[in-house]
Amino acid sequence: MHCPQVMDADDIRRALTRIAHEVVERDKGAGDICLVGLHTRGVPLARRIAGIIAGFEGIEVPVGTLDITLYRDDLHYDSLQHEIRESEIGFNITGKVVVLADEVIYTGRTVRAALDALMDYGRPRAVRLAILVDRGHRELPIRADFVGKNIPTSRKEQVKVSLMEIDGKDEVIIMR
Amino acid sequence: MVWRRKDLLGLRNLSAAEIEHILDTAARLKTIFDRPIRKVPALRSKAVFTLFYEASTRTRSSFDTAAKMLSADTYAVSPPTSSVTKGEGLMDTVLNLEAIGADAIIIRHGCAGAPELAAEAVGCSVLNAGDGMHEHPTQALLDMFTIRDKKGGFKGLKVVIIGDILHSRVAKSNVWGLCKCGAEVVLCGPPTLLPPELAAMGATIEYDLDRALEGADVINVLRLQVERQARGLFPTIGEYSYYYGVNTDRLRLAKPNALLMHPGPMNRGVEIRGDVADGERSVILEQVRNGVAVRMALLYLLLGGVEVAVD
Repeated sequence: MHCPQVMDADDIRRALTRIAHEVVERDKGAGDICLVGLHTRGVPLARRIAGIIAGFEGIEVPVGTLDITLYRDDLHYDSLQHEIRESEIGFNITGKVVVLADEVIYTGRTVRAALDALMDYGRPRAVRLAILVDRGHRELPIRADFVGKNIPTSRKEQVKVSLMEIDGKDEVIIMR
Repeated sequence: MVWRRKDLLGLRNLSAAEIEHILDTAARLKTIFDRPIRKVPALRSKAVFTLFYEASTRTRSSFDTAAKMLSADTYAVSPPTSSVTKGEGLMDTVLNLEAIGADAIIIRHGCAGAPELAAEAVGCSVLNAGDGMHEHPTQALLDMFTIRDKKGGFKGLKVVIIGDILHSRVAKSNVWGLCKCGAEVVLCGPPTLLPPELAAMGATIEYDLDRALEGADVINVLRLQVERQARGLFPTIGEYSYYYGVNTDRLRLAKPNALLMHPGPMNRGVEIRGDVADGERSVILEQVRNGVAVRMALLYLLLGGVEVAVD
């Protein structure tokens, strides 16, 4: 099986650096920003973006994690057991600009669930979406504000994002 | 791990891995308590019925709260105001609740095995909220959750369960669960309320409370079930309290960081002194809070949209 690599470690680093700058530029500073990573690979991405912002802006933005299992729209249709993972948002999001981070956007259903989950934690001033790979095929009217790379795919393909913190390497490949 | 059971009937038949999975799920769900909006949509439109043939404050309201926090709809059937008074049997009652649309029926009954019979009769989930002197699995699971939360695990812990072991379904579920997960369980009480055969469940029997408490990590004090004492199994409540009541002096025999637990309702001044129940070692109200998380976990695992193999 041929699995072309579409991003290597340097590509990922550059994309996240650009996203970090765009996040701060969009709201004219990092003062109100907080990052929330979606399980599983959105979590290290949120931490990395926060680290990059700290590097050039000198501000430590808070980072939380969110598991959307209890908000999934396929909970009653799927034959899979969905394990609940830890959600930890240890700060008040009301009035803040929350940047959700995830590795891939596809149908948009995960983000829909994440928006519902987030609203149960407070009332953010704005919610934005940072995604490493946008592979198309949206089923809901949702788009990302910050995108690392647009990768047109067919529905038969799988986009596999590997990150050092979880998988021991940084790369994005397409599995056919 | 993948949860495959339709019902929760007792801890005797669960594996250590299944118990740990329930506790892990409960730990995640407990974080919902700290949110501004304490409700998630996971079990929207699921119908959860409580059918309690015996009195309850904690278990029933805890199940009710747990179901509501998961967005399930809850309905309480009280035998004193239902057709049970007209002689309708348990099987007909649960079959009718299922016909109304129950996804889960939570049963408390005075007869051991009643929830199991009900579970065989219906396709929906049945949860045992206490059956006779047999099991009270959700109480034991919330006790175990509290122990694991405070002590980090079960291996090597000395857990002492004190009181009316014979009549206690709480004690029996605790023994099954704790022994499976690697704790050392010591049962302590007057010989009339603690038959030596119970050692076969995997626990140690000790009739002297002071000896039992030595080096204990966890002390679980059971309620003296005054309503089940018609046969004169001990001389007086005062004498019971003298030999088996937990007070400050006795607490000193346990480890300095030992946890003091009680499943409620307490007879203050009988099996436990009021100052000890309200003291710094007591985790009694935390147990109650953890009970909601554990029951949420069970409802989620049993009703969370999975096609389960009937076990």
